[in-house]
Amino acid sequence: MRIGVITFPGSLDDRDAQRAVRLAGAEPVALWHGEHDLRGVDAIVLPGGFSYGDYLRCGAIASFSPIMAEVIDAANSGMPVLGICNGFQMLTEAHLLPGGLIRNELGSFICRDQKLRVENVNTAWTNQFEAGAEITIPLKNGEGGFIADAETIARLEGEGQVAFRYLEVNPNGSINDIAGISNARGNIVGLMPHPEHATEEGFGPDTAAAMRSGVDGLTFFTSAIHALISA
Amino acid sequence: MSTPTTVSAADTVSNAAATPDRVQPFGALGLKEDEYLKIREILGRRPTSGELAMYSVMWSEHCSYKSSKVYLRQFGDKVSEKMKKNLMVGMGENAGVVDIGDGWAVTFKIESHNHPSYIEPFQGAATGVGGIVRDIISMGARPVAVMDALRFGAIDDPDTARVVHGVVAGISFYGNCLGLPNIGGETWFDSVYQANPLVNALAVGVLRHEDLHLANARGVGNKVVLFGARTGGDGIGGASILASDSFSAGGPTKRPAVQVGDPFAEKVLIECCLELFRDKLVEGIQDLGAAGISCATSELASNGDGGMFIELEKVLLRDPTLTAEEILMSESQERMMAIVTPEKLEGFLAVTAKWDVETSVLGEVTDTGRLVINWHGEEIVNVEPRTVAVDGPVYNRPVAYPAWIDALQADSTAMLPRASTPDELRAQAVALLGSPNLASKDWITNQYDRYVMGNTALSFPDDGGMVRVDEETGLGFAVATDANGRFSQLDPYRGAQLALAEAFRNVAVTGATPVAVSDCLNFGSPENPEVMWQFSRAVEGLSDGCLELEIPVTGGNVSFYNQTGDVPIHPTPVVAVLGVIDDVANRIPSGWQDEGNNIYLLGITRDELDGSAWSDVLHHHLGGVPPVVDFAGEQRLAGLITAGSEQNIIASAHDLSEGGLIQAVSESVLRFGVGARVWVSEIMQRDGVDATAALFSESTGRAIVSVPREDDVRFVGLCEGRGYPVLRIGVTDSGGALEVQDQFTLTIDELRDTHRGTLPEHFGPVVGY
Repeated sequence: MRIGVITFPGSLDDRDAQRAVRLAGAEPVALWHGEHDLRGVDAIVLPGGFSYGDYLRCGAIASFSPIMAEVIDAANSGMPVLGICNGFQMLTEAHLLPGGLIRNELGSFICRDQKLRVENVNTAWTNQFEAGAEITIPLKNGEGGFIADAETIARLEGEGQVAFRYLEVNPNGSINDIAGISNARGNIVGLMPHPEHATEEGFGPDTAAAMRSGVDGLTFFTSAIHALISA
Repeated sequence: MSTPTTVSAADTVSNAAATPDRVQPFGALGLKEDEYLKIREILGRRPTSGELAMYSVMWSEHCSYKSSKVYLRQFGDKVSEKMKKNLMVGMGENAGVVDIGDGWAVTFKIESHNHPSYIEPFQGAATGVGGIVRDIISMGARPVAVMDALRFGAIDDPDTARVVHGVVAGISFYGNCLGLPNIGGETWFDSVYQANPLVNALAVGVLRHEDLHLANARGVGNKVVLFGARTGGDGIGGASILASDSFSAGGPTKRPAVQVGDPFAEKVLIECCLELFRDKLVEGIQDLGAAGISCATSELASNGDGGMFIELEKVLLRDPTLTAEEILMSESQERMMAIVTPEKLEGFLAVTAKWDVETSVLGEVTDTGRLVINWHGEEIVNVEPRTVAVDGPVYNRPVAYPAWIDALQADSTAMLPRASTPDELRAQAVALLGSPNLASKDWITNQYDRYVMGNTALSFPDDGGMVRVDEETGLGFAVATDANGRFSQLDPYRGAQLALAEAFRNVAVTGATPVAVSDCLNFGSPENPEVMWQFSRAVEGLSDGCLELEIPVTGGNVSFYNQTGDVPIHPTPVVAVLGVIDDVANRIPSGWQDEGNNIYLLGITRDELDGSAWSDVLHHHLGGVPPVVDFAGEQRLAGLITAGSEQNIIASAHDLSEGGLIQAVSESVLRFGVGARVWVSEIMQRDGVDATAALFSESTGRAIVSVPREDDVRFVGLCEGRGYPVLRIGVTDSGGALEVQDQFTLTIDELRDTHRGTLPEHFGPVVGY
């Protein structure tokens, strides 16, 4: 199983996403934004970071990178695609997911261990979670407030496309506490929190059991592997 | 196609020779008259305006260390064989490099960006991070962590919020966008920093031994290549005008001397440089920081074959109207200069093109022994590079013992009233916990990414930050910074040693073994003899301490002129200590995770309240003599905790410093929300101190550790075997409170609200509180 992680200029969590793929049991493949080549991968991760320094709008310039032509084709034909943070912003800019992300409600960058509820376990990236599972995933961004028009929100809610919701605290003013969404088919998922930073004991968020022991993010990647095996 | 530009006519070498009497603005450039005359003597003529620009920035206090050099030599002189053993690169390079085993090395350095951060807090702090990170890259290392030591004015002064918001946002903006975890640091508020905040930025990088790069220009015919951001008009004279002078009321605004940062450009530059290193395309490399091209060319040439020829018009510009002198002095950020062999130039340019990094070949290494710079075919600089970069002026500034210090030391805390009831002690503990310097810094640290890179094993609020270096073995490093300006004001020799002892202890309690030191020495004007006395004593104290601990100073920075008008800041030597840990899985957090663990106090408590947080917060008092330092004891304490960490019998460890025992115990409760019952009667009895001293004294060489019951016997045996004083002072529990037996009780909620409330009250809300 080969999962590609695309590096854009300004990508920051690309090596972390590769590590998470490896810890989940798949082979990480480094992809370069400037090439029209997916190197035969089975799934794609758009990692976090500040591609192009967040100039213009977060993810806006990266969504026009050469490789995005191939990503859009693959996503439209059903390949699992995960956008994390800046990757989520790219997916909305590329119109693979609806809505957009705006400046956090309090205005500043926020880094915290964030509780989420998994709202939809029928996607390529969530199928190994229990329905309604409560998980802790690190959140770190400046522009994470999810917005969309009322009609889009109604559709996302109605069709079960809200994949994750913030629990206890809405850290950025997202509408309906939405932390992540999927497309109707469920192969494309985007979220602001960083599952790749909750995949290795000792380096994840604190849990009740022990400090930095949270590995809830690993299930995102094992879900993708499962989806690919059962496809 | 060429862009039409008007080329400014530059002052040429032949013109300078022909017009010896031209009046030159050396004073406006920060040079003293005797320095200007010295330049004329070196050159045998008047300098060209370009040469004058170069000398003025390179001979500035910030670049030349002219007032501090005679003292800083002690760091190189006071060294034992053990201190040299693992030191791969010592002081004088962009950053020191330490061998940490298995073919790995760590490079780290702390540097000031104080003055720009007052004028323009956001950009000043942002570019402070950017500058120190480029120092790390230029050693051939991948930057892997940052932290900051910050000092602001009084928390309730109206101007403090402006500086705090700007500085924190600047660090957050730049560091987060670079993808470097921010793993610690410290923040102080004190009115002595009101118009002169301190922003000291630290960065750490890791490299394989074979990737080590140095800043030298060797090999005649090798190309001199400038790459990264374009050169603009920002930061002109930053080193000479800003960092080497004091602010005066009513003076001209100095904002144009502050650089503007673009972290995206720097992130791309990091990846580009690492690819250049990987493919072995670079012979020598230097970052452009203070003094820009003047510094990079003269230092590279001085450290190499000595000769270099540059065509300055080849520098890519953001603003085509810049003059040659401005280009030489510009401190535009995100630029690097490399020495590349002609055969590898094509490969070099392919890598910079891949990363969309603009590159221009400026010239080459020569065997003339001269640094020659042309501007559109005319020679505007012709100097011996060492006279610019190395052999600058050295001053033995007048030193005077401050007459006021005897009275200050005589005014001890012995006269201050102490609490006489448990209720009073309780109120004092709460006042300290919520005081600005001891309150939670979450408002700041929640704006920093601590996760990126996936190797952060410890970060704030633990005592030191820790990062894994090798994913296979778990090899890692820990780092902590400390300083206490109040102690240094009372006694700069001991104040510097206390900073060293505390940083050393903060690293030790994480389970790592301290191996190296970097320092950022923040002082007032060197032209004030009393400040020079403070400086000389601090350097002496620090170098003596390092020799005793046998850990070398690998580099650092001096920041003078930290004062407003005639009033200098408290001497603030910030000390960063780096430690190594064989496996970060053995790291020790600062707080209690489990109920039913025994709590032990290591070390002896003396009645040492002079200069303490207790005297500051409750009595607004500063006087007396700071706590005693015992480096041999610190070493034994560190060895004990390392052994405990390796045997996995210590569940947590937290150093005792500002605020004393009660502050440390409260923080250990708050770390994971586990309560405790503690008692101080045995401390009072054994050490002959009262409850106030037991709770608030800041005696050194102390830490509290928690130990699972099943490891009790082994732990006590370990302490006894090493002859270190140990006393069981409590037990962790599920009671949801901190009970100080026979004295008072504080619920965890009360502790948390007190600790967390202070910064948000002044600066705005924190998500989730």
